[in-house]
Amino acid sequence: MQFSIAISGFVALYIYMLAAFAGWVIVGHVPAILHTPLMSGSNFVHGIVVVGGIFALLNASTVREQAIGFLAILLGAGNVSGGFAVTDRMLAMFQPSQPKPVHASNEASQSGKA
Amino acid sequence: MMSDLFKILPEAVIGAVDLIATFLFMYGLKRMSSPVTAPSGIKVAGVGMAVAILASFLYAFDIGATAKPFLLLNLGLAVLAIAIGGGLAWWAGRTVAMTAMPQMVAIYNGLGGGAAAAIAAFELFGDKADGVTQLVFSLLGALIGAVSFSGSVIAWAKLDEVLKKPLRFPGQQIFNGLVAIATLAVGGYIVAVSRGTITSPVAMPVLIYIFFGATLLFGILMTLPIGGADMPVVISIYNALTGLAVSLDGFVLENPALMIAGMVVGAAGTLLTLLMAKAMNRSVSNILFSNFGTVVEQKQGAIKGSLKPVEASDAGIFMRYASSLIVVPGYGLAAAQAQGKLYEFVKLLQAAGVSVKFAIHPVAGRMPGQMDVLLAEAGVPYDMIFQLEDINDDFANTDVALVIGANDVVNPAARTEKTSPIYGMPILNADKAKKVYVIKRGQGKGYAGIVNALFYGDNCNMVYGDAAAVLTKMIEAVRALGTKAAA
Repeated sequence: MQFSIAISGFVALYIYMLAAFAGWVIVGHVPAILHTPLMSGSNFVHGIVVVGGIFALLNASTVREQAIGFLAILLGAGNVSGGFAVTDRMLAMFQPSQPKPVHASNEASQSGKA
Repeated sequence: MMSDLFKILPEAVIGAVDLIATFLFMYGLKRMSSPVTAPSGIKVAGVGMAVAILASFLYAFDIGATAKPFLLLNLGLAVLAIAIGGGLAWWAGRTVAMTAMPQMVAIYNGLGGGAAAAIAAFELFGDKADGVTQLVFSLLGALIGAVSFSGSVIAWAKLDEVLKKPLRFPGQQIFNGLVAIATLAVGGYIVAVSRGTITSPVAMPVLIYIFFGATLLFGILMTLPIGGADMPVVISIYNALTGLAVSLDGFVLENPALMIAGMVVGAAGTLLTLLMAKAMNRSVSNILFSNFGTVVEQKQGAIKGSLKPVEASDAGIFMRYASSLIVVPGYGLAAAQAQGKLYEFVKLLQAAGVSVKFAIHPVAGRMPGQMDVLLAEAGVPYDMIFQLEDINDDFANTDVALVIGANDVVNPAARTEKTSPIYGMPILNADKAKKVYVIKRGQGKGYAGIVNALFYGDNCNMVYGDAAAVLTKMIEAVRALGTKAAA
C-alpha cells in the first residue's frame, strides 16, 4: 500500500483552484460585523505553516538548517497560539440580547462541551 | 517488514490527520460566518490545528540519513521553539487591550509570513528543490512570505504608534519599483545558476542571503509610505499574502494541508481586501501606490454655518428626552477606551424609554468590524448593531444621531463634493437626523484631512473632550435627573 503523497503539475493547480474557490465562497457570506474576527481567524488558519517548520527542523542536519527550522517553528507557533488567543477573545464577546431561556440553556451546554 | 511498517504507518496517520485538520479548518471558517456559530468556529479550527501539529511529530519516523544523528536534539529544539513562540504569543494575545487588536493581528500575521519564508529558506539553502517548478515555488514562497513579514512589522509599528508618520520622499515609487525589479532579478539569477545555465562568481548561499535581504527591504519600503488610516486594507493584503506563501510552501513540501489551508486564506483575504477597499471607495492599487493624505490640501466649497459647542451634560439630558437615538462610533471611541461608558449611558437611556441603535460604517475604526468587536466587548447585544445599508434610511426618522470620535464616515462631502478625496464613499447619513451631537477631542480634521460640513450644520452641536470623560459627564447628568424625579 502507498500512503506517501505526490503532487505534480496539474494536480496542484486543481487543488489550488478548488481551495481558492472555497475560500472565496466562505468569506462571501460573512457579514461585516464579523470581518475583524474572520481576518483574525483566517490568520490563525495559516499558522498551519508550523507543521512545515517541524518537518524542516526534524530533517535538519547542519547548524544553519537547525537555526532556520527553529526560527520557522518559533514564528509559526506564535502565529498559531496568538491567532487563536485573539480570535477566541473577540468571538467570545458576541452575545445576543435577551437570550430566551431555551436558547440560553442550549448555549450553556455547548460552551460546557467546548 | 517491521521497518517498512514504521515507515508506512506514520505516513498514513499524518495523511489521515491532515485530511481531518483541513476539513476542520474549512468547517471552522464556515461557522465563523454567523455571529451565532462564530465562537465555536474558532474552536473547531483550533482542534484541527492541535491534531495536525501533534501528528507532524511523526515525521521523525521518516527522515533523511544525514539528519538521523540529530533527531533527539532536533525534537528537543522543536518542542522548545513551540513552547517559547507559542507561550509568548499566547500571553500577549490574552493580556493585550481589545483596542490593540488590529496591531496584534498584524504582528501574528507577520510571524506566519516569516515562518513561511524560513521554510522556503530551508529548501533553498539545502538545495532540496526537486526540479525547476519546486525551485520557483520556493523562491516565490520566500519572496511573498518575507514581504508579508517585514511589511506586517511596519504595519504593527504604525498602528502601535511606534512609527508616527508615513515616510515619503521624492521618487519613492520609482525607487521601490527598482528594488522590486532587483529582487526578481536576483531570484531569476538563482534559478539560472542552479540550473547550470550560468556559473556564478558568488557562492549560492550568498545569493540566497542577498535575495532575502532584498525581499525584506522591499516589504519595509512598500509599507512605509502608507498612512495609518489605510492600514486595515494593508493588513488584509498581507494576510492574504501569508496564506499564499504557506500554500506555495505546501507544494514544495508536498503537503496538501498547507496547500489548501494557505490557499483558502489567500482567497478569503483577497476578497476581504476588495470588500474593504470598496467600502472606502478606493482601489487597492490606489491605496498601495498613491500618497493619500499629502495631496488633500485642496480647495473646498465654502462651508456655511459655524461650530456650536455645548456642554456634555446638556447634550446628555437632551438625549434622555428624545424618543430615538442612533449612535455612530468611530476610532475616537476606541482611542478613549470609552466603549463600556458608552453602553452604560445607552442602558440609562433605554431605561428611560429611548430607542437606541448603533450604526457601524464598514471602515469605522482601523479595521473592518473593529467597532463591532469593541461594542461586543462592552456587552452590547449584536442585534442592536446595524450595518450601513440596513440603517441609513432610519436617520431621517430619528431624533438624535450621536457621533463619537467618527469623522470621515459621516462627512456629507462624500455625497456632494466632486473634488473631495472621499467623494463617492458611502457614508452614514447622520446629518439627516433631526439633531446631531458630535463628541470629538478637538477641532482637528479626520484622517482624510478634510473639513466636515456636518459639524457646521444647523442641527449639529459639538461636545469637545475625550469620549470617556464626556460620556461620564452625560451619565452623571442623566442620573441626576433620575434621582430628582424619584424625589
